[in-house]
Amino acid sequence: MTTAIEVRIPTILRPFTKEQKVVAASGETLSAVIADLDVQYPGIGERLLENGALRRFINLYVNDEDVRFLGGLEAPVKNGDSITILPAVAGG
Amino acid sequence: MGKTPLIGLPRLSPAPNVRLWAKMEDRNPTGSIKDRTAIAMIDAAERDGLLKPGATILEPTSGNTGISLAMVSQVRGYKLICVMPENTSPERRQLLEMWGATIISSAAAGGSNEAVRVAKDLAAKNPEWVFLYQYGNPANTLAHYEGTGPEIFADLPTVTHFVAGLGTTGTLMGAGRFLREKNPNIAIIAAEPRYGEVVYGLRNIDEGFVPELYDASILTRRFSVGAEDSVRRVRELLEVEGIFSGISTGAILHAALAMGKEAIEQGKDADIAFIVCDAGWKYLSTGIYGSVQAEKSIDQATQGLDDQLWA
Repeated sequence: MTTAIEVRIPTILRPFTKEQKVVAASGETLSAVIADLDVQYPGIGERLLENGALRRFINLYVNDEDVRFLGGLEAPVKNGDSITILPAVAGG
Repeated sequence: MGKTPLIGLPRLSPAPNVRLWAKMEDRNPTGSIKDRTAIAMIDAAERDGLLKPGATILEPTSGNTGISLAMVSQVRGYKLICVMPENTSPERRQLLEMWGATIISSAAAGGSNEAVRVAKDLAAKNPEWVFLYQYGNPANTLAHYEGTGPEIFADLPTVTHFVAGLGTTGTLMGAGRFLREKNPNIAIIAAEPRYGEVVYGLRNIDEGFVPELYDASILTRRFSVGAEDSVRRVRELLEVEGIFSGISTGAILHAALAMGKEAIEQGKDADIAFIVCDAGWKYLSTGIYGSVQAEKSIDQATQGLDDQLWA
């Protein structure tokens, strides 16, 4: 019932979310959240995942921390968490 | 170049047994950590016979690497062409021009990814130019493996955390690898700047970019830090310890303080070394340092950074 995980969508994926910058989703792991997003916004899952793994040029953060260091797609999430999706960009 | 001081920050450290240490990379010849990268890349290219007197060097840069390369190029008689995103501070442009560099501006949308793309294109069309390419040049990592890392370990053998910015990834890959070899339990922490939307304005995901130097196995954790948190920490460092740093240092300090908080919660001792990448001079025009005490809220101060490549 409660969908209390906030997901921030980058410009490049907003065509999927009717241009919404922030959407709500639910799930106990990151992969469950992505599955829920894909039900709500069909097609978005395929832009995030490739062969069951996070795409190389997609970075996902739970509460500002890169999920690749938190257990990847199996990283646990809970209500109140904030997920940010960003394309990988250069610094320097 | 290098051999910069590592200074203790007793006022900002969260507890007597959880200590913060600042590696003062602003004390390099052109005022940033990038002097290490630039000089190492030029030395290596000279050794390999790639750089001959009068040669032209090409480099994509959001500022500091270009400034370092420009200084060395002028002294050693090279021409430098920098590809730089148009949304960078005017001070960086002035410094580059002061040392004789030619600037080619790349579009703001896409940030440094676009600068890298334009530079790679130019390198292919001008094979006589020397493309040092900091994102893939092993001399960049080696400079930190042989310099930054050993210097920190010599000054602070008890170091438990090393926190640095993630741009080319050279600092973390080089110094991180060295420190991990000395202490397998050390935490290597990356702080990457989270910019405003324009910078992430790629046309498609395949335009994303991961530097060739990056090896995720070196890192323990990686944080994304926005402009607001970064500016708040820059001001804190200024007010509490009197250190005048650039904005990317604020992002790094934010992650360092998070590590300190965790150490306290876990009842552990910690010696957290973090990088001060540069001083604040090049960012004065952004207005983030103004009216520290009063009226200008962090919110207002960061508004101007929204479309800027501030790190």
